[in-house]
Amino acid sequence: MSYAISLRCRKCGREYPLQPINLCDFCFGPLEVTYDYKSMSRGVGRKRIAGGPSTMWRYQDLLPMNGEVIDIGTGFTPLVKADNLGQEIGLEQLYIKNDCLNPTYSFKDRVVAVAITKAKEFGFTTVACASTGNLASSVAAHAAKARLKSYVFIPADIERSKIIGTAIYKPTLVAVQGSYDQVNRLCSKLADTYPWGFININLRPYYAEGSKTLGYEVAEQLGWRSPDCIVAPAASGLLFTRIWKGLNELSMLGLIEPVDTHMHLVQAAGCSPIVNAFKAGTLHVHPVEPNTIAKSIAIGNPADGYYALKTVRESGGTAWAVTDEELVNSMKLLAQTEGIFAETAGGVVIAGLQKMVKLGVIKRDELTVAFITGAGLKTQEVVSATVQPITIQPTLESFEEAFSKLGKATVTTW
Amino acid sequence: MAKRRVMFTFPPELIGEPIIYNLGQQFKVVTNIRRADVSENKGWVVLELEGEEEDIERGIAWVTAKGVRVDPVIGDIVEG
Repeated sequence: MSYAISLRCRKCGREYPLQPINLCDFCFGPLEVTYDYKSMSRGVGRKRIAGGPSTMWRYQDLLPMNGEVIDIGTGFTPLVKADNLGQEIGLEQLYIKNDCLNPTYSFKDRVVAVAITKAKEFGFTTVACASTGNLASSVAAHAAKARLKSYVFIPADIERSKIIGTAIYKPTLVAVQGSYDQVNRLCSKLADTYPWGFININLRPYYAEGSKTLGYEVAEQLGWRSPDCIVAPAASGLLFTRIWKGLNELSMLGLIEPVDTHMHLVQAAGCSPIVNAFKAGTLHVHPVEPNTIAKSIAIGNPADGYYALKTVRESGGTAWAVTDEELVNSMKLLAQTEGIFAETAGGVVIAGLQKMVKLGVIKRDELTVAFITGAGLKTQEVVSATVQPITIQPTLESFEEAFSKLGKATVTTW
Repeated sequence: MAKRRVMFTFPPELIGEPIIYNLGQQFKVVTNIRRADVSENKGWVVLELEGEEEDIERGIAWVTAKGVRVDPVIGDIVEG
């Protein structure tokens, strides 16, 4: 059962019924789902959660839905002890939360699963989103499972290869000719005009809640504790704030000790409005024009930037920007030490982590979790230079000649 | 009549100009401020614009040409 009771404005505190709305009518502040935590604490326990499915739906009691969920197998992704990478960069207790292993290969499945479930509950027959990649494929996939019509708006100049993973689910794909800002404005108008469930507009309060499951999972997978440090990427800032919310809810419910986790935020230098604000010591996030290869986190005007900054400060965390070159190098490092091929946002996280360890912000013995939020096959062009095969003739001699050039003096024979 | 919820972000050199007043006067757009933070060197205002669709569009184009950044109040909608 759901313990959600209302939507509350994060600015002025006004409350609204659980409807598909995302802004306070009075101050235009963002709305957030509130819960009856007292009742929740009586109904939720470690045993009940552990007895649930091996997906994000084991935490259904902590999410705002009432009935049947749209389940394509999202969540409860591996938390991998990354000893090789840890040794390489100087950490003794490093874990990777590998959210590449979701059904559409990114963490977006968590948020979309909740949003689409709510869309069905609210009686929408059509859902929509605007995206350049991860969100698009997740919405299209979940809409297919839910038997809903879907519209996915994409910038017209996006590479064809990037939308195949969306088109396969057969949404109505709409390529919008215009600047990034124009696409944004159009979608805002569409949401006002059509009676659709717009995933990250009128369904946003519910969408947001899906990211909490990342916090829940990490705590459960660590044996019901929160880590000393978390390193996560920030685009809109929503994921970052909801990991924090998830951990604190578990603590409030008595499932883990009080949270003493430092939340470290990382962005690409070509789009780092939240990091800029952190460095300037302000809570106002000034919008920027994105210019980075880390497209999946290139949001120039982050909706939850203010709250992400607050989370950083509240938790005693920090915020860092890394260059495109650094993030590519870190994608390679992660792949070559842990066998995890992350997308560019993952490179951002690992590059930021390296900086923090080097500067002593994260100490060698601190239990640290780095969040990898999407798979590398989606952005493989940025590491295409790594493709350097050794070409040989189809003879053993040819191979041995090439092999000897690699500096291997002998070939072991069977 | 149409309504649009937007956020204006002002560069320091425009803080002293009565841009919102002029927007209302010149384009017949009713401006209704809901939240704001303006100091001597920065400023943002969250407001609702109400008027004919065409007037709102022309007004936003004018404000943008003056150097004010105009965003949907909910931040960027296009996501990765």
